[in-house]
Amino acid sequence: MVLYLAKRLVMMIPLLVGISLISFVVIHLAPGEPTDLQTELNPDAGVELKERLRAQYGLDQPLVVQYGQWVKRLARLDFGTSFSQDHRPVWDKIVERLPITVLINVLSIGLILAVSIPIGILSATRRNSTFDRLTTLFVFIGFATPSFWLALLLMDYFGVYLGWFPISGIKSLGHEYLSTSGQVWDVIHHLMMPILVSAFGGLAGFSRYMRSNMLEVIQQDYILTARAKGLSERIVIGKHALRNALLPLITILGLSVPGLIGGSVIFESIFAIPGMGKLFYDGVMMRDYPLIMGILVIGAVLTLVGNLLADVGYALADPRIRNQS
Amino acid sequence: MIKRLNTELRVKAYPFLVAVLFVVLALTGCRQQQEVLPPRVGDEKVPVAGDTIIMGTIGDASNLLPMLSTDAASTEVSSQIYNGLIRYDKDLHFEGDLAESWQVSDDGLEIVFHLRHDVRWHDGAPFTSADVLFTYQLIIDPKTPTAYSERYKRVTEALAPDPYTFIVRYDKPLASALISWGIAIHPKHLLEGQDVTTSPLSRAPIGTGPFRFVEWLPGEKIVLERNEDYFEGAPYIKRIVYRIIPDSTTMFLELQSGGLDQMGLTPLQYARQTDAPGFKRRFNKYRYPAFAYTYLGYNLNKPMFQDKRVRQALSYAINKQELIDGVLLGLGQPANGPYKPGSWSNNVHVKPYPYDPQKAAMLLDEAGWRDHDGDGIRDRDGKPMAFTIITNQGNDQRIKSGEIIQRRFQEIGVEVKLRVIEWASLLKEFIQPGNFDATIMGWTVPIDPDGYNVWHSSKTGPNGLNFIGFKNDRVDTLLEQGQSTYDQQERKRVYDEFQQILAEEQPYTFLFVPDALPVVAHRFYGIEEAPSGIMHNFIRWYVPQSQQKYQR
Repeated sequence: MVLYLAKRLVMMIPLLVGISLISFVVIHLAPGEPTDLQTELNPDAGVELKERLRAQYGLDQPLVVQYGQWVKRLARLDFGTSFSQDHRPVWDKIVERLPITVLINVLSIGLILAVSIPIGILSATRRNSTFDRLTTLFVFIGFATPSFWLALLLMDYFGVYLGWFPISGIKSLGHEYLSTSGQVWDVIHHLMMPILVSAFGGLAGFSRYMRSNMLEVIQQDYILTARAKGLSERIVIGKHALRNALLPLITILGLSVPGLIGGSVIFESIFAIPGMGKLFYDGVMMRDYPLIMGILVIGAVLTLVGNLLADVGYALADPRIRNQS
Repeated sequence: MIKRLNTELRVKAYPFLVAVLFVVLALTGCRQQQEVLPPRVGDEKVPVAGDTIIMGTIGDASNLLPMLSTDAASTEVSSQIYNGLIRYDKDLHFEGDLAESWQVSDDGLEIVFHLRHDVRWHDGAPFTSADVLFTYQLIIDPKTPTAYSERYKRVTEALAPDPYTFIVRYDKPLASALISWGIAIHPKHLLEGQDVTTSPLSRAPIGTGPFRFVEWLPGEKIVLERNEDYFEGAPYIKRIVYRIIPDSTTMFLELQSGGLDQMGLTPLQYARQTDAPGFKRRFNKYRYPAFAYTYLGYNLNKPMFQDKRVRQALSYAINKQELIDGVLLGLGQPANGPYKPGSWSNNVHVKPYPYDPQKAAMLLDEAGWRDHDGDGIRDRDGKPMAFTIITNQGNDQRIKSGEIIQRRFQEIGVEVKLRVIEWASLLKEFIQPGNFDATIMGWTVPIDPDGYNVWHSSKTGPNGLNFIGFKNDRVDTLLEQGQSTYDQQERKRVYDEFQQILAEEQPYTFLFVPDALPVVAHRFYGIEEAPSGIMHNFIRWYVPQSQQKYQR
């Protein structure tokens, strides 16, 4: 097992180099440079400013040299300084937006699982019933609803019309004067609508997945055996079937690890949440190469780690897999 | 039951229902009640200190050292924190800011500023001419990545002979020299000898202005509080909170729910969504021409556009009023030149281009563009009259204008394609190399009429702003004259002739000047609309005691 883990970890290094190299080349292929956007169409900026900025950012060097310098910095875990006008370290910019993004994603995945697992089980056990059909309809409506549209409707109704929920942001104005429990409630209050909206669209995938897993499992012989033993239906489904049907979820959860730091720019803009999606989008629009690369590398690492975790977790949970290797 | 009925109905009868909604809210004693019916106790005329104003901004600021940032959000926040030596007053005349008075020598080559004695930085250090000199040195320092250095390179000598006098000398008169000293003055005692790009001041600025910096949560909000020590008297409003809300629809919902006190409306919101009595009771809307215009620019290096009759014809074929009605819902006015209508530099007597498709057709016929092959598209020498208009992604007004123009051009037998391109690519691949036929873009209009950078033939190079390649000897001479003339009467004559030439040549079809449409919560008093907008007397805005909303 240890050997296997070490092998997998070593395998990640060439993969990471490959990913970063391709990302680096591709973002530099996009037309336009950070310096263009800061100097272009500005009557007060001189032409030499652009050249000076290019030299400052190292953009006048060949691409290979730029990549080399970037790797050298990264080896010291330095993501470099943003090319945008704030000149801040990339790491600081990412770190200040990570907590809220991760929080929202974790809560939203939690909500998706909490709702879609029961839906999946019930639709599988009552296959082709009215309940099955209705929930299928419901989750696909969720899948097809544009999140910005749903968000605006909810904001208008619950925020403006009823006044129950705050419309945007993550804290109210007097947040710092509230008690600790008041602060927690304030954040929860602000996050309810965003999490609801982001979870709504994800229900379809998980619940359908759960449903088909469950269907597959309950047709297995061991379920027949369990029933033949005279176990109650609750135990057959809840214990014997469910545990086996949940196994593939480990893979899905592993794959969603990189998604934890990703955000949607539309969603974040609508709810005015300062998250990673908007940061990345603005970075791309500004051609802020160090920031883009920083986020991509973190995403790549998390993807690889997530895959590894999924494989390991799967092996731990399922003796059939464990004994094979 | 009543509520359910309401939800079903409100899709169809929105304005009516918004009104009902506020009545319902008022009756049910909801959270919003206080904002719906502010108590009237007759203290509206008494300015008192207190309350917070929450302003909505689309983008986060980037850097609060004004020298290093060019974005609108940073500029807006910085303008409350810093002062220049001089500024424009509400009627766009010069007015002393940190300078008490100033003299320009008769030959226009020397300006002497006499600074105020009673100014202190937010940290208590006194403000002196050394700060001004330092700001000048910083801005021309090649190591400072500022986008504003051009005009200051024309200074031949800058002196600070005593703590309250600052002298600059030029070797050629420069008309915009005076207002160039409206640049924010940076604190020498905090920045000297440091790398300005890594200074903590860019995240926590210290200035001389009416508001001092409190906190900045990136992507979320920026908070300022009033400077009790401000040399023009402390502002009445105690705090400003800039809330960053990237989506204008959300911003508008937030305004309605009471979470914002001020924002800029879109034409749609202004015209269609803010007429309900409930809204009008809680907010005041304002409307005045913005300092900007949108234009259709022709690439004059392309053979098709070298004949001025073609450009004139295209101008005649565009119905500007239709653009304003369709794109801005009537909230704007036609543009006839590069200056703001109503400003002193604007020449109202230039040749107008009313919508006149017959005249457009006639001019195109004259220029040899006729439909020889009968396919509905004009052609000359076997080439159809077809071209592409490019504009940038994300600007809805420009894209819609392009679509309307496309149809009007089609009516006179000109085939036009519209391409919308992401901003960075648009500049790099199309505008800079001159690789385009025509483009819809906009300029902001500076108050000083100097148009040298946009129209002078020396600016047609690869990085110049005259990317349409407009070259006219007379215009060059006029622009040089205008730049070095101080006398306003004389300058007006120069720029009037410049505008006449532009009107005749039509290198751009000037399309429209949109209106700025700010809205402010009703509880703020003392707001005065002026040619410069509404923000000029912001430190004199106040909320009567009985209507103050935020106590802390």
